[in-house]
Amino acid sequence: MNAVSIAVALAYLLAAAGFVVALHLMNSPATARRGSRLSWLGMIVAVAAALVSVIHDATITTTGWVVLIAGAGGGAAAGLIMARRVKMTDVPQVVSIFNAVGGGAAALVAAGGFVRLAGGDGISTRVMIATVLDVIIGPVTFSGSLIAAGKLQGWVSSAPVVFRGARLVTAALAVIGVGASCYLLAGHDSIPVLILVACAALGFGVTLAMPIGGADMPVVVALLNSFTGIAVAIAGFVIGNGALIIGGALVGASGGILTVLMAKAMNRSILGVMMGGFGTGDSGPAAGPAAGAGASIRSISAEDAAIQLAYASKVVIVPGYGLAAAQAQHEAAELAAVLADHARVFFAIHPVAGRMPGHMNVLLAEANVPYEDLKEMDAANPEFPTADVALVVGANDVTNPAARRPGNPVSGMPILNVDQARSVIVIKRSMGHGYAGMDNELYTDPKTGMFFSDAKAGLAQIIAGVKALVPS
Amino acid sequence: MTTGLMSYIYMFVLAILVGYEVITKVPSTLHTPLMSASNAIHGIVIIGAIITASQAQTTAGYVLAFVAAFFAAMNVVGGYSLTDRMLQMFRKRPGPADHDAGSGHLEEKS
Repeated sequence: MNAVSIAVALAYLLAAAGFVVALHLMNSPATARRGSRLSWLGMIVAVAAALVSVIHDATITTTGWVVLIAGAGGGAAAGLIMARRVKMTDVPQVVSIFNAVGGGAAALVAAGGFVRLAGGDGISTRVMIATVLDVIIGPVTFSGSLIAAGKLQGWVSSAPVVFRGARLVTAALAVIGVGASCYLLAGHDSIPVLILVACAALGFGVTLAMPIGGADMPVVVALLNSFTGIAVAIAGFVIGNGALIIGGALVGASGGILTVLMAKAMNRSILGVMMGGFGTGDSGPAAGPAAGAGASIRSISAEDAAIQLAYASKVVIVPGYGLAAAQAQHEAAELAAVLADHARVFFAIHPVAGRMPGHMNVLLAEANVPYEDLKEMDAANPEFPTADVALVVGANDVTNPAARRPGNPVSGMPILNVDQARSVIVIKRSMGHGYAGMDNELYTDPKTGMFFSDAKAGLAQIIAGVKALVPS
Repeated sequence: MTTGLMSYIYMFVLAILVGYEVITKVPSTLHTPLMSASNAIHGIVIIGAIITASQAQTTAGYVLAFVAAFFAAMNVVGGYSLTDRMLQMFRKRPGPADHDAGSGHLEEKS
């Protein structure tokens, strides 16, 4: 090892250590931004080291430089524009797209090594195994994440898409992929067969994501994030680079943990999510209030809600998917600010509120709600019994007390104990069902008032009502 | 090859365990920025793209290197700027006397 390669190796180590410390700093909102910048610094060090190493080895051709600079420049510009322009409600799609290209890049790096070595002295078993794995996992995450992004954006139907013979297609793709992989692993370095594996994997990613409903997307996005991490780590095995192995493994672990957490919070098994066919998508049928299943519900007006809130001394706001869909986070934040003049107000946030893990927190942070006022489920639940009003905005299944009883679709699901508040106001467009497809017993509780309205318009009316009652 | 491969496997397994330890401590409030940040970290694959470009000799090799560099750079730059954009919105409640929201923001920037 000469001096340059030692320095480069140490720089990679420094970058990897930076990633670990950066993730550690993410354990508090106060230090998270510092963590993200440290991670960025680590990335710059690693890229600089790679460039030094490439210049030192002097194997790169002029065309190689042009290709590298043009590709990286174009990609950086595209990434920057997307990250700067995206609305906070659309963040899950963009995260999914960045995830897709990461998986795609890992597969291409592995394929690049294969194409260079094919037909030569032969490829070592280690590189061959890693390459085949990458050319399977990478394209699966690439196409799967793009479909997930399309579903979140509404370009692809967010309802589960299942057609006759879909399972057969999936099985056929799997057989082709596995068969072609075995041929490669048997020591045949054939480029067309590698392309066949990649195409089968791309198709498999599509058939994997298409049948999954919009409601399960948080789980899928987390799972594909984990896949990309593993793909990048495997690319590290192919090119023999520790920074890729460590970085990829960290992401693999992170995505894996989030997948399990999300599945638990949604009361779904990961296998069940992957089998698909669950969840209805963005806009369920907007049935009128009369669609309630016969049980008596109490419908209230914006004025009634405003009066209750104006005289409450402790209010818990429970935001859900409906709030995100209606882009009502600014109204929710304004209401909290108005009420904070005379009452204690905070937000109780279920882990799956929003369209990806923790999404609701980002939306409310964007609306200038201080993070101290965003309480996680475990911190919020003991507060409900002393709350005068629990205001539920566009959340459904995560507030259903039926979850405490066995024998129904939400049984065992962790819920917010909204029913323990002294009174409850629910803002909802209709009596339509949540993703679990069952009635919410909270709505028929005598202390619950239902205010049928769009989240954004309803909150605006309530704010006006409260302002009229409580002159500031 | 065996020592090299074994040390890579060591790295991989230990990094997964470290990741597990560190990430279970992240509060659910920050799960979206965490996902975006970890997304940015797997952009480290850009090093692979650089090395691929440095070894490419054929048209196929150049095409693969170009697309890999494009994808990886998009992943890195997009991932970090989106994470930073989200995290800068997480603010403390403005303190009663010592500082207002503005100075808290400045402090973050330094």
